[in-house]
Amino acid sequence: MSQTFTKSMARNIFFGGSAFFFLLLVALTFDTMQVLPKRDHRENITPAVERGKMVWEKNDCIGCHTLLGEGAYFAPELGNVYKRRGGEFVKSWIKSMPTKVPGRRQMPQFNLTDQELDDMVAFLKWTGEINTSKWPPNIEG
Amino acid sequence: MQYQSQKVAMPYFIAAIGLFTGQILFGLIMGLQYVMGDFLFPAIPFNVARMVHTNLLIVWLLFGFMGAAYYMIPEETESELFSPKLALLMFWIFLVAGALTIVGYLLVPYAGLAQMTFNDLWPTMGREFLEQPLPTKLGIVVVALAFLFNISMTILKGRKTSIALVLLMGLWGLAVFFLFSFYNPSNLVLDKYFWWWTVHLWVEGVWELILGSLLAFVLIKVTGVDREIIEKWLYIIVAMTLITGIIGTGHHYYWIGTPEYWQWFGSVFSALEPIPFFMMTVFAFNMVNRRRREHPNKAATLWALGTGVMAFLGAGVWGFLHTLAPVNFYTHGTQITAAHGHMAFYGAYVMVVLTIISYAMPMMRGRAANSEKAQVMEMWAFWLMTVSIVFITLFLTAAGILQVWLQRVSETPLGFMATQDQVTLFYWLREISGVIFLIGLIVYIASFFVEGETKEAA
Repeated sequence: MSQTFTKSMARNIFFGGSAFFFLLLVALTFDTMQVLPKRDHRENITPAVERGKMVWEKNDCIGCHTLLGEGAYFAPELGNVYKRRGGEFVKSWIKSMPTKVPGRRQMPQFNLTDQELDDMVAFLKWTGEINTSKWPPNIEG
Repeated sequence: MQYQSQKVAMPYFIAAIGLFTGQILFGLIMGLQYVMGDFLFPAIPFNVARMVHTNLLIVWLLFGFMGAAYYMIPEETESELFSPKLALLMFWIFLVAGALTIVGYLLVPYAGLAQMTFNDLWPTMGREFLEQPLPTKLGIVVVALAFLFNISMTILKGRKTSIALVLLMGLWGLAVFFLFSFYNPSNLVLDKYFWWWTVHLWVEGVWELILGSLLAFVLIKVTGVDREIIEKWLYIIVAMTLITGIIGTGHHYYWIGTPEYWQWFGSVFSALEPIPFFMMTVFAFNMVNRRRREHPNKAATLWALGTGVMAFLGAGVWGFLHTLAPVNFYTHGTQITAAHGHMAFYGAYVMVVLTIISYAMPMMRGRAANSEKAQVMEMWAFWLMTVSIVFITLFLTAAGILQVWLQRVSETPLGFMATQDQVTLFYWLREISGVIFLIGLIVYIASFFVEGETKEAA
């Protein structure tokens, strides 16, 4: 780089640029927080949905599945599983694990109570109603 | 080695390499579970193996960063570490806490672990990469604060270079943004939004400051190029990193419930994210070409050049591949993401830690460089690991393209598992590449034990 462009100029771009764009992120975040209630339908977060999220987290479901596309890529997307399969199927599926089919990917038996199963379904149903800008492209997730 | 206290870096580097080995072994287990679904089931279910694989990666890179800081800061500040004893104490605390966490993952069902570690009081577990129990998370904060105190005090009493300053900012940023891991609202959208403030602002933000300063430090040492020139490059690179990367966070806000303007912000800014990585490549080659000395440590120079190239390919090119919103609509959460993740982490962070280890370890063992024989072996390891990560990435990319086509683009989309069955061949090829990576790692470790004629460190 040429001699006219000095280290202190480079340093100023670093400090100034970083500070500016961090403030922009904060401003956009502020705006996002104003808009989100219309997109996440938080009025529908019932105690069951809250408990369902806890069940989801305590069993590390994200270690195999994706949820709105984030997580592990070993097992199906579950953000839209309520629409794809329905609540009853989800419950009976979890209860019947593992399939023990030789060579197939296996899901552990988590020994969830009926209450936990209902909460999980409530959480997945609410998740499926978030406005995700039409993602995923189709029902298969 | 000019300062006695630099030597505390050694246990950090040894632990890093040990945990790296564990990470690779669990990666191979997972790779096999992709094609032999019931392998090691129910002893080690996939989610447990993945937690161990990714958490080991994070922890060993942190060991690497801390070791690097302890080695670099005395030389940069021209003074001994504020407290080598504190550094050693923190090493043992971090190692024991890390080991207990991994053992916990492997021996206790995760829900039980959550129960045992008071997750009900303050739920933070069960989120990708932040699976650590609450006591471990608190332990990370304590270790990080003690470490930052030690490093900051050393810098305060010594010479203040730009490399030390950028490194310090990166490390403080790392600690500050980790605090978002303690925020876990019951609203999934908010949870995800701020989860990225740890994850994205780490790997595409403050970690790159650490990466840049490590690379700049080694380049000064092996090329002898004037510090003014190297530090000017460093500032420009990290400036571009944060200018593009901070708003680049938006590429995670396309499909998680966040407003649609993020598709514009995310696409535009993350399309620019390859620029700092490209500059890093140019920087590394430029400095080596303009070198004013022939440093005997050829292996360290190779790692430094490799970091530039592979970080650009993995983070820059493979990131750009799926970062534009209309493309990401189809690729989000597929094997394309996995392909990018593997090459980006290896190219940027694994390689830069191995660069500083390659430079610093011989110094701490009292020589300017390892013997010719040991270096040749280390360079073999470089090529074996680097070429196999390229192939892992290519095979996962192929799997990902097929997956997107069959499951997302097709008029008659297949289900997830039916799609997975169609791409098995690529998972097998990835696993074979993974075995070659492990061989490379074994050669790498073996290179530390090769004797031969060496010169005293200057």
